Amino acid sequence: MKVLRDLLRDYRFTASFIILCILLAYSSLSFFSPIDPTVWVAIARDQPPSSQHLLGTDSRGIDIFWSGAFAIRNSLIVALVAGVVSRFITIPVAMLAGYKGGMTDRVLMFISDSFLVIPLFLIIVLLAVLIRENLSLVTLGLLLACFGWAWDARVIRSEILSLRERGFTQTAILSGSGTMQLALKEYMPFVTPLVFATLINVMAWAIGLEITLAILGLIKLDIPTLGTMIFWALSYQAILLGRWYWLLTPVILSVLLFIALYWLSVSSSEYLDPRSRIQRVGQSLRA
Amino acid sequence: MDKIILTTRQLKAFYLLDIHGRQKVVKAVNEVELEILENEIYGIAGESGCGKSTLLKTLAAVVEPPLRQLEGKVIYHINGEEVDVSTLGDEEMRRLRWEFVSYVPQGSMNVLNPVVKLKDTYHDFISSHVKGKSQEETFRMAKAYIAELGLPAEIMGAYPHQLSGGMRQRVTIALATLLRPKIIIADEPTTALDVIVQRGVMQLLKDIQQKLQNTIILVTHDMGVHANVADRIGIMYAGKIVEEAPTEKIFSQPLHPYTQFLINSLPKFGDKTPRQSVPGSPPSLADLPTGCPFHPRCPQVLDICKEQMPAYIAAAADHKVACWLVEEENGQAA
Amino acid sequence: MLFIRRYLIPRLIQYVLVIFVGITAVFFIPRLLPTDPVARTIAELRSRGSYLDPASIDAMVADLTEMYGLEGSSFDQYIAFWQRLFRGDFGVSFFQFPTPVIQLIKAALPWTLGLLLVTTAIAWTAGILLGGVAGYFNRQGWSRALDVLAMVVRPMPYYVFAFILLLLFGYIFPLFPVAGGASIGRQPSFSWPYISDVLRHAFLPAMSLIILGVTAWFQTMKLVVQNLNAADFVQYARFGGIKERRIVSRYVIRNGMLPQITALALLIGQIFSGALITEIVFTYPGLGTLLYNAIMTGDYNLIMGITVFSIVAITTAILVIDLLYPLFDPRIRYN
Ligand SMILES: Nc1ncnc2c1ncn2[C@@H]1O[C@H](COP(=O)(O)OP(=O)(O)OP(=O)(O)O)[C@@H](O)[C@H]1O
Ligand code: SF4
Ligand SMILES: [Mg+2]
Repeated sequence: MKVLRDLLRDYRFTASFIILCILLAYSSLSFFSPIDPTVWVAIARDQPPSSQHLLGTDSRGIDIFWSGAFAIRNSLIVALVAGVVSRFITIPVAMLAGYKGGMTDRVLMFISDSFLVIPLFLIIVLLAVLIRENLSLVTLGLLLACFGWAWDARVIRSEILSLRERGFTQTAILSGSGTMQLALKEYMPFVTPLVFATLINVMAWAIGLEITLAILGLIKLDIPTLGTMIFWALSYQAILLGRWYWLLTPVILSVLLFIALYWLSVSSSEYLDPRSRIQRVGQSLRA
Repeated sequence: MDKIILTTRQLKAFYLLDIHGRQKVVKAVNEVELEILENEIYGIAGESGCGKSTLLKTLAAVVEPPLRQLEGKVIYHINGEEVDVSTLGDEEMRRLRWEFVSYVPQGSMNVLNPVVKLKDTYHDFISSHVKGKSQEETFRMAKAYIAELGLPAEIMGAYPHQLSGGMRQRVTIALATLLRPKIIIADEPTTALDVIVQRGVMQLLKDIQQKLQNTIILVTHDMGVHANVADRIGIMYAGKIVEEAPTEKIFSQPLHPYTQFLINSLPKFGDKTPRQSVPGSPPSLADLPTGCPFHPRCPQVLDICKEQMPAYIAAAADHKVACWLVEEENGQAA
Repeated sequence: MLFIRRYLIPRLIQYVLVIFVGITAVFFIPRLLPTDPVARTIAELRSRGSYLDPASIDAMVADLTEMYGLEGSSFDQYIAFWQRLFRGDFGVSFFQFPTPVIQLIKAALPWTLGLLLVTTAIAWTAGILLGGVAGYFNRQGWSRALDVLAMVVRPMPYYVFAFILLLLFGYIFPLFPVAGGASIGRQPSFSWPYISDVLRHAFLPAMSLIILGVTAWFQTMKLVVQNLNAADFVQYARFGGIKERRIVSRYVIRNGMLPQITALALLIGQIFSGALITEIVFTYPGLGTLLYNAIMTGDYNLIMGITVFSIVAITTAILVIDLLYPLFDPRIRYN
């Protein structure tokens, strides 16, 4: 409770907390949705906002308010899968590299550097082109997880190196039991905050890429996500037809989501480590 | 009587920290009274963390948040005039730096701009203080001076990382004395160096002082160095000066129990008994004990020590101390 | 020389290795996936409603297999793949048959290169200067205000941000052209009307890259400088009464810049991806839009070609930055 109170002193945390609560509440409405957002022309098309359809309906005859709720839920699913699964690569790589040092470290860091250096966006596109119709929420999340671990592994590894320098135990190498287990036991408590802060960044990155891929038509387009909502609005020329609410709904929702996630990450990592803020270089230059 | 160059009155400078809404006050400089004379080397000694560096910062008027000067004054005596530094504007103060008061840092390792050559650093200092044509002149003097200090002339074209530790410290000393300041503040100028180099650097400082006839305020926790170079010594404990006297007196008749520990911890020639260090650990400056801050560690502690801070009194004309024991002795003598 | 052994050689090795690993990955990823590009292409054609009789399908499969370099064992294919790369042969585009992929890339490259170089240079420099000054004066009101502004802009992904600019200045206040690299029908020439036309078309994509870039560099530089403020040599310079302007330029910015050069090398790939996405939003005629068209038409060879080309180009750019770095850091130069 005290932690929460301290955090709430930061305007960014407060704002992101409130925005996220609202977005989560909105997205959880999708569980009680009266409509199925994948069924076309069940209702009248191109309705302007009204008391019956709060944000109107789109040219496919789908209620925009409700598909917005589904979109946030689905984008968050992609983000969570990508974020959580990528931890299963990030943490072992960082631990091994930081803990073992030497050749292991060099090889692992070479691999993660290659991931940073190569224009990942193109590789992801290449993959997405090939498995387009199989690209469901979970597979997309998994795909992004395979690519979203490298930066964080680097950040966490350097934290482990500095922990080692400050002399946080050296027992494991001598005792000879499973390196991974010992590394986890010794360093996990110290790097958990970092793991969390970087997790939020990967989530934001995943949501951004989901939108980009969807607009390129590279994921299953009948699932309502923030990206597919924008895709349909664009492909039906929503701007030219003056149906702003259709396009603006997913755009504003995603902007709110990005700001909230970013502020959450920045404020919580500053709280956890006020001196050397974890907010690092590459987070949003990420495409 | 010797002329005074710097005075502090009831100087209080605390670090005010706000750690997520909780206030923390680190009382790093607490009611310090100093009168430092022209043409003397004034030594300040004390354990790590007792506030020595912070005191120097306030003396040099570089008080920046979270450090705040809450009470008291620092007064420079410039050409016979008393100047309260807190009344000076930024630009006036900037001019005084290096021309009136300069600084020799603890480690010279990281104080020189790593990406420019030494001559550029010299130029930065000179062009910020000397105007127009005399800049060239000053730079020529600087080069001559470097040679005089036994440094090769080529080092002007070198980058800081290319010099050895001792060379670098000489360079910073040369820099600090370039504009012949009245006061040189030196914060542990030799701690980062190895022993032999240390001696050379201290000697250099001492020679320069003799030549310029100015004042050096020298902080080090090495009592041996103090014994060799200081004229007077102030002993600092938990943000306060607890004893001050000419060097021989501090060593021959230390009055404060803390000073006695410091003196006894010095190795003596031929004496093989283990050195006695101060028992216990220094108090947190954020949470000082009541009364005399030394009382939890003092072997001669009295009841009153736990309640009340002893006054800083003159045990002799040139010997000041803050300890209840001393007042008692005075009382008996009277 | 130590510099060559410690700095140069590792970087050259890294360069060759990254290209090797990256291109090998690009080669094998599609082959490890359960999908078959030949079958895909045919399915794609079918779904577009073309009627294909069985005989022509067989002929087509053979053609496509040859075209995509899918003949022989994986290993043979791999060797052949490299051989073709060294000849600069990326195969032919399927949907602009039989234009070679390399030719399409060559046509698109100047647009991307121009956009990317100019915006990156501007964003990096402006971000460093702004961040440096704001970081040094970080207690001042304007510095904090910039912080808040950056906090809002920074989290935007390239697509969303470019898109917002497109809506704002293309539709709500239609001040700038929203598509293409130059007006249709204008002949390229070194005349002011043509150049200004190109600049006007480049304005919105450039702005969106610059604003995002400046924000990011501003933030990282400001953080670095805030820490530098406490660095011994900055404190010492202040103690020594060196003029503030001099401290900001020669001490703070000059030193804070160094990690940003390294960061630029590390991030150039991501910046490049961002430029591609931005091009797509504004249908700017560079590699991004070429990629978009390739995706839309399922032109697998072209996507492959763009990817391989980009890997080589970006790794080379990184190598160049790494090689320039010692010019700015004497500690590396003389060690
Ligand atoms: N920037 C700062 N913020 C908060 N507290 C500080 C800061 N600098 C110093 N302190 C605290 O103030 C106290 C005095 O520090 P100071 O550096 O003056 O000690 P010192 O006597 O010079 O020690 P040393 O011999 O280790 O150099 C210490 O308790 C230290 O933790
Ligand atoms: S005042 Fe008391 S506690 Fe403090 S030094 Fe003197 S005797 Fe010891
Ligand atoms: Mg100190």
